[in-house]
Amino acid sequence: MRSGRSRRPRAETVGGAPLDLRPVTQAGLRGLITIVKERWDRPVFLVLASVSLVALGLILFFIFREAFPVLREIGLGGLFGARWNPTGNPASYGALPMIVGSALVTIAALLFAIPLGFAAAAFIAEVAPRWMKDVAKSVLELLAGVPSVIYGFFGLMVVAPAFQRAFGLSTGRTALTASVILGIMALPTIASLAEDALTAVPNSYREASMALGATRWQTIRRVTFPAAFSGLIGAAILGMGRAIGETMAVLMVAGNAPQITASLLKPVRTLTGAIALEMGETAMGSTHYHALFALGVILLVIALVTNGLAEWFRGRLARKHGR
Amino acid sequence: MVGQESGTTTARSIDATRDWLERNLHSTSIIETERFSFFYGKEQALRDVSLGIPLDGVTAIMGPSGCGKSTLLRAFNRMNELYPNTRAEGTIRFLGQDLLKADAVAVRRHIGMVFQRPNPFPKSIFDNVAYGPRVHGLRNRAQIAELVEESLRRAALWDEVKDHLKKSALSLSGGQQQRLCIARALAVRPTVLLMDEPCSALDPKATDRIETTTRELAQELTVVIVTHNLQQAGRISDHVAVLLADGVLAEFGSTKTVFANPSNDQVADYLCGRFG
Repeated sequence: MRSGRSRRPRAETVGGAPLDLRPVTQAGLRGLITIVKERWDRPVFLVLASVSLVALGLILFFIFREAFPVLREIGLGGLFGARWNPTGNPASYGALPMIVGSALVTIAALLFAIPLGFAAAAFIAEVAPRWMKDVAKSVLELLAGVPSVIYGFFGLMVVAPAFQRAFGLSTGRTALTASVILGIMALPTIASLAEDALTAVPNSYREASMALGATRWQTIRRVTFPAAFSGLIGAAILGMGRAIGETMAVLMVAGNAPQITASLLKPVRTLTGAIALEMGETAMGSTHYHALFALGVILLVIALVTNGLAEWFRGRLARKHGR
Repeated sequence: MVGQESGTTTARSIDATRDWLERNLHSTSIIETERFSFFYGKEQALRDVSLGIPLDGVTAIMGPSGCGKSTLLRAFNRMNELYPNTRAEGTIRFLGQDLLKADAVAVRRHIGMVFQRPNPFPKSIFDNVAYGPRVHGLRNRAQIAELVEESLRRAALWDEVKDHLKKSALSLSGGQQQRLCIARALAVRPTVLLMDEPCSALDPKATDRIETTTRELAQELTVVIVTHNLQQAGRISDHVAVLLADGVLAEFGSTKTVFANPSNDQVADYLCGRFG
């Protein structure tokens, strides 16, 4: 019966639509034609979409593959040692100075970027009149689009000399300088995502609060911010991801001394800085080379975890308000 | 001001307000509008509305869609100005004071509001009701708890939620959420309660409960309710204002009189359900 149908030269139709309702995979030649003519989109888009996934997979694979030998050569203890001196004799490849450097710079940057970013977001989302909102949002987007080397330049020429004079230092290229520049760079990300989170809070909450005689500030503090909480956390974490992964600007102003310090007024080297500085000077396949890839793995893991966390928090916000 | 100082029993405060009105203003209207007009940008939503909301009973504001009834209600607690580009003309007096020149935050402590869709905060049931008092500086835990219970009782919700006050308000049914919103408004101990089509998102049973609660509340405070439901207005209101297209007040009087004997043909058509 099946073959009898599909052999018909023209499908029987009712009201313009074919009467044959069998799934295309069972409808013989007509089904095949349907697949080619009308359902080509799924496989094509599947291939296109998988390209980016495959690319990510390949990047992960190669970085892990290049990083792996370092474990055999110096072990996990060696990798997380406190001394980074690849050209010394004996050479040491402890990543701790860079991990601490990255953490110090990032935390200090967020300490001022998060409050400032949230405040800017609250102003844009809750207080500013329409025209100012538009201006502020485009300024934020502009800030986010400035190449990082320009920020580094600004840090080198303006911020570093200022700190050198202000604190009487031998060099202005310190963790603090890097933090300030990183904070400025993370600010647009944090402010713009936090603004999205605040805007996603239903207006009915604000109305309810205002109708109870709350002031605008009370409404922001007690209703809008708590309701947007997970989105705000997501914004902060993505800002952190931005700060920890930044390379060029930090390289220019952090001073790049691979030392473990808790002082913001000393030069530090970050994970990103170490890779960018040293990769060009190492012999391919050397321990140093593999150790730099291991730094890359550490950075990658931090980035993936922060992004995952941020998405989770932002998703939670969306579910909470049924969007 | 009036209505908040009577101590423990809020039910008595309406009597105090009545005395005050008679003594000082020789009036029984708690809110009076005089040639009140309202504009959204260039569009005029209300035209020269003059009426007095009586202190006692429930006043219903009715009219076809887009006639400005919600705008009029929201003018009473200055909620309209949360939108940009609005403008008001004429005067509204609340207890003799110029409402439009008053401090909006102070006004809203006296004139509470319940919205069309239940809009509890994503907080616990307790925190929802306690929000107003806390915002107004009440810190004493025992007093807050007392006020929460009192407000939930007045909104006829206490028995259903007393064992899980810590649960999220969003876990309640639509009707319960709306009664929670009423309780939340009552916790500020307002003199007037505005209700903007409070039952339009609810089923008949939940609607019935809200209507009963509203009737009871009218013993203690002034209730102004916007509704497009003629039967509802007939059931719960003592006075009715009918706005017609373009925001003109066509009729204002006791519900019985207006329903039985409308003075205006258009109002008669509206009440017969011929439009709107």
